[in-house]
Amino acid sequence: MQTDLIAEARRQAEICNACRYCEGYCSVFPALHRERAFSDGDITQLANLCHNCRGCYYACQYTAPHEFYLNLPRALAEVRHDSWKAHAWPGSFAALFDRSGVAIAAGLTLAVAFVFMLAQGLRPADGMEFYAYMSHGLMVAIFAPAFVLPLLALAVSLRSYWRAVGGGGFHLRDLWSAMASAGRMKNLEGGHGDGCNFEDEDRFTHARRHFHQATLYGFLLCFASTSSGTVLHYGFGLEAPYGLFSLPKLLGIPGGVLLCLGTAGLAWLKTKADPNLGAPKVWGGEMAFVLLLFAVSATGLLLYAATGTGAVALLLPLHLGTVLTFFLLTPYSKMAHGFYRLAALTKEASAQR
Amino acid sequence: MVDTPDIVVIGGGNAALCAAITAAEAGARVLILEAAPKPYRGGNSRHTRNFRCMHRGPLGPLVDSYSEDEYFDDLLKVTAGKTDEHLARLAIRTSEECLPWMEARGVRFQPSLSGTLSLARTNAFFLGGGKGLVNAYYRTAETLGVEVAYEAEVTHLEVEDGAVVWVDYTHGGETMRVTPKSVVVASGGFQADTDWLTRAWGPAARNFLIRGTPYNRGVVLANLLDQQVEQVGDPTQCHAVAIDGRAPKFDGGIVTRLDCVPFSIVVSKDAQRFYDEGEDVWPKRYAIWGRLVAGQPDQVAYAIIDAKSIDLFMPSVFPPERADTIEDLAVIMGLSPDALRQTVDAFNATCGDTSGFKPTELDGVATTGLTPPKTNWARPVIEPPFYGYSLRTGVTFTYLGLKVDENAQCSIGNRPVSNLWAAGETMAGSILGQGYLAGFGMTIGTVFGRIAGQKAAAHAN
Ligand SMILES: Cc1cc2nc3c(=O)[nH]c(=O)nc-3n(C[C@H](O)[C@H](O)[C@H](O)COP(=O)(O)OP(=O)(O)OC[C@H]3O[C@@H](n4cnc5c(N)ncnc54)[C@H](O)[C@@H]3O)c2cc1C
Ligand code: HEM
Ligand code: SF4
Ligand code: SF4
Repeated sequence: MQTDLIAEARRQAEICNACRYCEGYCSVFPALHRERAFSDGDITQLANLCHNCRGCYYACQYTAPHEFYLNLPRALAEVRHDSWKAHAWPGSFAALFDRSGVAIAAGLTLAVAFVFMLAQGLRPADGMEFYAYMSHGLMVAIFAPAFVLPLLALAVSLRSYWRAVGGGGFHLRDLWSAMASAGRMKNLEGGHGDGCNFEDEDRFTHARRHFHQATLYGFLLCFASTSSGTVLHYGFGLEAPYGLFSLPKLLGIPGGVLLCLGTAGLAWLKTKADPNLGAPKVWGGEMAFVLLLFAVSATGLLLYAATGTGAVALLLPLHLGTVLTFFLLTPYSKMAHGFYRLAALTKEASAQR
Repeated sequence: MVDTPDIVVIGGGNAALCAAITAAEAGARVLILEAAPKPYRGGNSRHTRNFRCMHRGPLGPLVDSYSEDEYFDDLLKVTAGKTDEHLARLAIRTSEECLPWMEARGVRFQPSLSGTLSLARTNAFFLGGGKGLVNAYYRTAETLGVEVAYEAEVTHLEVEDGAVVWVDYTHGGETMRVTPKSVVVASGGFQADTDWLTRAWGPAARNFLIRGTPYNRGVVLANLLDQQVEQVGDPTQCHAVAIDGRAPKFDGGIVTRLDCVPFSIVVSKDAQRFYDEGEDVWPKRYAIWGRLVAGQPDQVAYAIIDAKSIDLFMPSVFPPERADTIEDLAVIMGLSPDALRQTVDAFNATCGDTSGFKPTELDGVATTGLTPPKTNWARPVIEPPFYGYSLRTGVTFTYLGLKVDENAQCSIGNRPVSNLWAAGETMAGSILGQGYLAGFGMTIGTVFGRIAGQKAAAHAN
């Protein structure tokens, strides 16, 4: 990890530890106030615990031009980003984190072209709807590894993270408490329940929290929709396309709409917020990631709307290409944040116990 | 900008904002003139963490109860009786209704901070500290239509026939004049004017650090006193504490506080001890050490601690100097190694049985036959590594101010100035003659800011 980034975050954490005014905003400060000296692992853990709600920046009496130059959200964002690179596995892919924009664009081009070519070249002789363009077997052959391998890579990364921050043993209820916190986005509530600071300086709103909820739950619904499809296919021999009142559609349509709205909202908010309170160097890459998620949901909804029309021939590769890119880049893009944050919240829950 | 506001509020801290919000809620058009630029708005209020609040039962973050009489007794103890009882009781009694008033205007509270449990019953802590409070008030003021001019320093109030007729201020390199119906002064004390402080206190004051804003230079205070507006408070005195000697000249704020003294020996630059470091628990001695350090050569002192005591107090903002021997530490700190060795040896030799050592209470673990003695927590300084902090005098506020009555109104002789009110630090001397009670500054500002705003609006309407 980059020692200068850690050193800067440590300098600021020591000032906060002598001050403590922000204690009630989030989980970071109680964890910080438990220590007197901060190891590299401590700083890494604090960085992944921080939700970038920015409350502690706008409330801080020591921000620039003051010589203490406090900007804790930024210092922690930079360490956080760097820690994902440090724990990326295999390590040779770590550089993708710094080039998310390029990686996503290149990934999309290649993946869409690849799916398009397969759809053209290996077009099945029979099949309904989009299976007319690509067989179920081929889809599974591509997407099963594209889903499982990145998760394996992430598991290796998380293990390495857990060791670096001195994780130790944890109980199932720590994981449960972490999920409860993430499910509510407790750390974007601001301690007082008024929300976080983001799009309008020191004004507290729930905008970011609610758009993230839409994104998170939208994503989970889409995921559940795909999973239910798989179960129907293999468990009950029921093949797509499914009707409007089938489980995949009942989960997938609201999920897609939520994901679309959530990501559009997050992207919009991002254009209004001050980039200097995050890691400014990766702003573009983060934006690309939000837009990729938007593309996943938008093309999915369009594909559904286009059922039965010729547009499917184009929309299918487009949708499957974005999904493929998203899956493959999960361990090396902003998508890793959910996993690391869950780990950090679990560690904090076990430390509090 | 409002062409002619009904009310001009001078200052941009807690007292000013409480006055402006109250007046605007009463329908007045208000202009705030704040000398600081926007990032530094809020004066000393941005450095605060809590206010002291009376309550008859659990209230917001406050537990149990804190009665008017107990509150007043606490005040009498620290001011040695130099308190205006009528105004003090008014502030205390009104503080209870302030808490919900503040919440309704965006201020948020948090439980007492870790390390400050002793205040959980008496002081309500602002979430995010004073800057969080100030931000919330600016937002509220903005929605009420209050105009705010930053980098607008008031230079002169023209007082004629018992009334303020106009207010001059500088803004964007120009001198501007406004003629409001009412004026509220909430521009703090004069501690940031080093020349004035030096005239009042003596040459030692040049070496004092100012814990809060550089913008409280007492310009308006001096201007009004020159025009015979009544004054109050000892003009030579300031509230000062011992802070980390490496703190910036201004705006170091809360983090430069050092809590190590009771567990240290403290020496002057000649490496000589000069006072009982263990006289009482630290919060009670916090303020006298500002004066003690001010009395030493070059207004500096050095606290020396050993390894066994370094974790007994709140972490400090700058890491302490550290060395494996007393001599090496002396060299790092610019002290004579031999002299410091002698002082430490002499101290160590007079320490007795330390088995009764208890860091959180007066433990009576004392030196015998040493002058000055250390009467509690006296453990020999022997365990390396050794640590050292330099200490300097940090000024919190000055006592000289404008004398006001229970309407927060200023006067000339015994006649009120018909359209001039004062709130906050600039009139706190009307209540506190000496000493200080943690959290009372913000209480005075909130209570009298609201009164001033209400009276100023009533006069203007
Ligand atoms: C480090 C520190 C910590 C403290 N902690 C606490 C605490 O926890 N609780 C507590 O009760 N008290 C605390 N105090 C004391 C407290 O800060 C004051 O009592 C309180 O802030 C006074 O509020 P005020 O509005 O009167 O003055 P300030 O908040 O100082 O506001 C004065 C304003 O006037 C402006 N100004 C000055 N001159 C001019 C001019 N000529 N023209 C225009 N504007 C001008 C300044 O820029 C400033 O905005 C603390 C003080 C310090 C230094
Ligand atoms: C598992 C728990 C999760 C937690 C604790 C979490 C937390 C956060 C936090 C705190 C932020 C804001 C700070 C930042 O930008 O880094 C954020 C941003 C974001 N999250 Fe999550 N998240 C989780 C899961 C997810 C999931 C499953 C998705 C969608 C697939 C998702 C999509 C996003 C997006 C798009 C952003 C916006 C990034 C930006 O503004 O740049 N998150 N998340
Ligand atoms: S961010 Fe600033 S105000 Fe908050 S705890 Fe740290 S130093 Fe104090
Ligand atoms: S940005 Fe928010 S979550 Fe991060 S440390 Fe500051 S207050 Fe906590």
